[in-house]
Amino acid sequence: MEFNAPAGTNLFDKSRIVGKPTPRIDGPLKTTGTAPYAYERHDVAPNQAYGYVVGAAISKGRIVSMDLSEARSAPGVIAIVAAPETQPLGKARSNIAPLFGGDEIAHYHQAIACVVAETFEQARSAAGLIRTVYGREEGAFDLAAAAPAAGLAKGRGGKPDRKLRGDFEAAFAVAPVKLDAQYTTPDETHAMMEPHATIAAWHGDQLTLWTSNQMIDWAKSSMAQILDMKPENVRIDSPFIGGGFGGKLFIRSDAVMAALGAKAAGRPVKVTLQRPLVVNNTTHRHATIQRLRIGAERDGRITAIAHENWSGNLYGSEGEDGTLQTPKLYSGENRLTANYVAALDLPEGNAMRAPGEAVGHLALEAAMDELAELLDMDPVELRIRNEPQSVPGTPDKKFSDRNLVRCLRDGAERFGWSRRATKPGQVRDGRWLVGMGVAAGYRGGPVQKSGARVRLETDGRITVETDMTDIGTGSYTIIAQTAAETMGVPLEQVTVKLGDSRFPASAGSGGQWGAASSTAGTYAACVSLRRAIGEKLGFNGDTATFADSRIHLSNRTIPLTDAGSMAAEDQITFGEFKREYDVGTYAAHFCEVGVDVFTGETRIRRMLAVCDAGRILNPLSARSQVIGGMVMATGAALMEELAVDKRFGFFVNHDLAGYEVPVHADIPHQEVVFLETEDPIASPLKAKGVGELGICGPGAALANALYNATGVRVRDYPITLDKYLDELPDLATI
Amino acid sequence: MAGSAGYGLSRRGVLAASAASAAFTAVPLSAHSATRKREPGAVPVSFEVNGQHVELSLDTRTTLLDALREHLKLTGTKKGCDHGQCGACTVLVNGVRINSCLSLAVQHEGDEVTTIEGLGTPDRLHPMQAAFIKHDGYQCGYCTPGQICSAVAVLKEIEAGIPSHVQADVTSRPEPSNIEFRERMSGNLCRCGAYSNIAEAIAEVAGAKA
Amino acid sequence: MFLAGGTNLLDLMKLEIETPTHLVDVQDLKLDAIEETTEGGLRIGALATNTAVAADARIRRDYSVLTRAIVAGASGQLRNKATTAGNLLQRTRCPYFYDTNMPCNKRKPGSGCAALGGYSRQLAVIGSSDQCIATYPGDMAVALRVLDAAVETVKADGTARTIPIAEFHRLPGTQPQRDNSLERGELITAVTLPRPIGGRHFYHKVRDRASYAFALVSVAAVLQKDGSGRVAFGGVAHKPWRVEAAEAALPLGAPAVAAQVFADAQPTEDNKFKISLAERTLASVIAQARS
Repeated sequence: MEFNAPAGTNLFDKSRIVGKPTPRIDGPLKTTGTAPYAYERHDVAPNQAYGYVVGAAISKGRIVSMDLSEARSAPGVIAIVAAPETQPLGKARSNIAPLFGGDEIAHYHQAIACVVAETFEQARSAAGLIRTVYGREEGAFDLAAAAPAAGLAKGRGGKPDRKLRGDFEAAFAVAPVKLDAQYTTPDETHAMMEPHATIAAWHGDQLTLWTSNQMIDWAKSSMAQILDMKPENVRIDSPFIGGGFGGKLFIRSDAVMAALGAKAAGRPVKVTLQRPLVVNNTTHRHATIQRLRIGAERDGRITAIAHENWSGNLYGSEGEDGTLQTPKLYSGENRLTANYVAALDLPEGNAMRAPGEAVGHLALEAAMDELAELLDMDPVELRIRNEPQSVPGTPDKKFSDRNLVRCLRDGAERFGWSRRATKPGQVRDGRWLVGMGVAAGYRGGPVQKSGARVRLETDGRITVETDMTDIGTGSYTIIAQTAAETMGVPLEQVTVKLGDSRFPASAGSGGQWGAASSTAGTYAACVSLRRAIGEKLGFNGDTATFADSRIHLSNRTIPLTDAGSMAAEDQITFGEFKREYDVGTYAAHFCEVGVDVFTGETRIRRMLAVCDAGRILNPLSARSQVIGGMVMATGAALMEELAVDKRFGFFVNHDLAGYEVPVHADIPHQEVVFLETEDPIASPLKAKGVGELGICGPGAALANALYNATGVRVRDYPITLDKYLDELPDLATI
Repeated sequence: MAGSAGYGLSRRGVLAASAASAAFTAVPLSAHSATRKREPGAVPVSFEVNGQHVELSLDTRTTLLDALREHLKLTGTKKGCDHGQCGACTVLVNGVRINSCLSLAVQHEGDEVTTIEGLGTPDRLHPMQAAFIKHDGYQCGYCTPGQICSAVAVLKEIEAGIPSHVQADVTSRPEPSNIEFRERMSGNLCRCGAYSNIAEAIAEVAGAKA
Repeated sequence: MFLAGGTNLLDLMKLEIETPTHLVDVQDLKLDAIEETTEGGLRIGALATNTAVAADARIRRDYSVLTRAIVAGASGQLRNKATTAGNLLQRTRCPYFYDTNMPCNKRKPGSGCAALGGYSRQLAVIGSSDQCIATYPGDMAVALRVLDAAVETVKADGTARTIPIAEFHRLPGTQPQRDNSLERGELITAVTLPRPIGGRHFYHKVRDRASYAFALVSVAAVLQKDGSGRVAFGGVAHKPWRVEAAEAALPLGAPAVAAQVFADAQPTEDNKFKISLAERTLASVIAQARS
């Protein structure tokens, strides 16, 4: 099915299942520990051995020698796969350095060996007996030092990523009110709770990987590229994924080491990256330096806006583009965005939840708060004043459906925004300095083609098979809801099978496109099945009403089971018409914090998000997506930072004690409101994703609330207390 | 880069080249080379898991977590960090919650271990499991068994009067309140960020009990 | 090496930071009682868990700084397993100590200190040496320090001794590998608390998140109505940091105390904030005591 025109009135407008708060159908498995994650699949292959990965001890250079003799003779050791004995493997999608092989070390903790043994304890112990001699080379590890010489990133079509409209410099020069501020955001790690893990088994030249991966089809083709084999000889299976956030978009060393280990051992091998290895071995979110210049009239209208962004990556590969939301959010005739990438020798940077926008909002939305203060204007009103009619950076594009102003007004009303003190540092509640902040949020609402196979069983059950993944997003449930709605059966009558590369290829989980795309693909397959049933039983499947496990025709009603066992496969593709539109999701985020006037400790008191993301397929799990984004944004604003050792070139705090993410005690009850909107440009279900919207803005709302509480502006994230402690009220005055 | 002096970065790795940026004194590796490791051998251990008596012969290095996951194939208990930094491996031992990753299996002779599988099954959910489903107190599900085991224990700890960091007065009895749940649950990380919903699930069960 | 709760030792063994050839499980030594002493204090068995100590009614009533310190540390799960002796023996959380690829004089004497000139935000601001700037990470011992507790031990030859808490943990000096004054094979049997000293008890721990994190700075204090009292600081040195002479300045306020306590501080650029944080945290505690 091609989605080639805006969606008209369809069955989802009268839905009984789609759009209703629905507990997850995989809930009973997840809450009882019976949902199988990658490393736990004891049943899929007999005689599994254990692999333990060894990471490089240097950040750049080469392996001079590796002595495996002691390790090889250690108890229980079956095989050792060692980088110097292995030709560098092929590089697949978005791998910057080879995942394994050869003498060259590209980054700290790059995999250099995998010990396979009968038990985990034996493999771990033997790994410690490998003796490696390195030749270390100098590297570049300091973004601030490398940024001035950084070149422009490659934008669309390989062109340098610098976009101009009007004459920014001239307009900024004459603007009556100007802000020029630099913000920095640190390297961050996904820190999903399940470390990367894979069980690999070979049957002749056929490789099966039971793994933890967000993108099954990419994984399949990537693995084939890496091992130089045919994609049809690779099977990937990931029915449950213990979190990804972008960190499991690509094949990483766990999968490669399991595959090579299994080949060397001649039996199935399971590998999980030990937690202290995950940070430097896999990908992370790049640090950024962002400069915002905004010029405005005294009435708040923006006349000039420039957002420049610097980040770094291995070999100068793709960086973190903080400017992404800036051409979309606010009006202004004269504009500049530019994105620079420096070459660094730190581990590979890559996508983490809302790549670009998540950190872009930390800068832009703090800058808007600063501008509002310069204008002596309410920050909610400033944003409303600059609401554009068409996409500011590309005015020939229309917004598909945008209700940001409603989000802001509705949120301000609900949050009691009018009680916010305009002047910062004024509100005290006992020992607490109290403040409120606001930020807008924008995240694109893209879609990708997505396929599914739908089967009707003789008992009237519906089974959906697609290689779509559920990384906590709620895919199982929204796909079941879509199939139940379209086929007219109760939700309980639907079985959903995900994550297996033997199923039709889907959009996968990334870029906030999964929900809209995979439900559209499921819908397409269901429509095909309805047509096939109609052909078999002699009616028009498109006009018949499927409801209550029956097919309602103008003159009669047929039980669905009359169709017998049937199956249909289809995919949704998206037509050219969408190019005229910018399909986005929007939010207004509000936050109230208390800051201890003595110690500077921050406690969040309230958080609210008002979201506009089209039809919400399952308000229960969509809300979870948004609050999860708000929690991660809280981490980014207040505590998360991979500390770079600029001498040794690695992330020092590479475990879950050193890299602090928010805990229960940090997070109060969170409010989320979804506006009842529909976006007919987005998909047949008029739905858009929310998984990344939730992290775009809350961190800035928090930062702005901190400023409102204390009167101290910190532009260097995370805003830890050491950065403002000395500017809090003098002890003698408290 | 040049040089072959063999300066030690660590016991396992040797730097052949000196690094100008390395601001430390290095010593030759050979002085600290590990002696060859000996295999500790297997030891019998028996305990109860979810009411079932189990007898195992285990490498003494095996943690309770790996005994459950790898030997008994009770994979509901999760390994998130293996270092006591995340709480995904939380189980109840003799009714008390612990991190099973930081406990050797052979230390549990005769103990009663309850894992998530012992609390309830998909067909017979424990009230806490049902509350997590109702309030969507999870997303990816990986930290969930640990959260639920912890939550069940937290309510017992509050009932038993175990003090917490957020009590204004530690001589008083703790109350089953939102802030108490959040403080006591803080050893269970959830990167999906389901905290707000988990607190509501616990509140519901606590209310039902009261 | 002795194994009790294992919450730090097993963590370190998995990383091969600790590589004992033999482990002796001491959990069944029945050293978990909390008993009153003839001097009117308490003797806490070495194997009493953190939870048991924090929850003990006598400790909550008479030594609540100790309860408060314990429940400010780690997590409920860890406190259920961790023991009193093991808590005293916690090793540093310096990230370079934890990464076996890095030079660390504490882990590998003579190899150097990667933390010097490296990421030192969490590390010591006082009492450090050019060999080591690690901090002692625990909370319980900071409270024990203001309570003038003592550590009872038995040596391998069977002789018992009592080590004042002030002398239990060491400064790194030229031997940072030695965290404390225990001899090889010496086993902690108990921690004793002297008679209760009354006053209001405080333990304020400041960290980057609201719970389950090591201290940036912590303040253990017992303050009397007349403004006198005792105070010790955690998170600032290789041992709980108390300067008794400075306590005379408590009635004058936090800045007067902090000026003396941190007179010899040698912070790094990354962690110099800990000195003002310690001062402000003490000010907060004093303000609470006066309210």
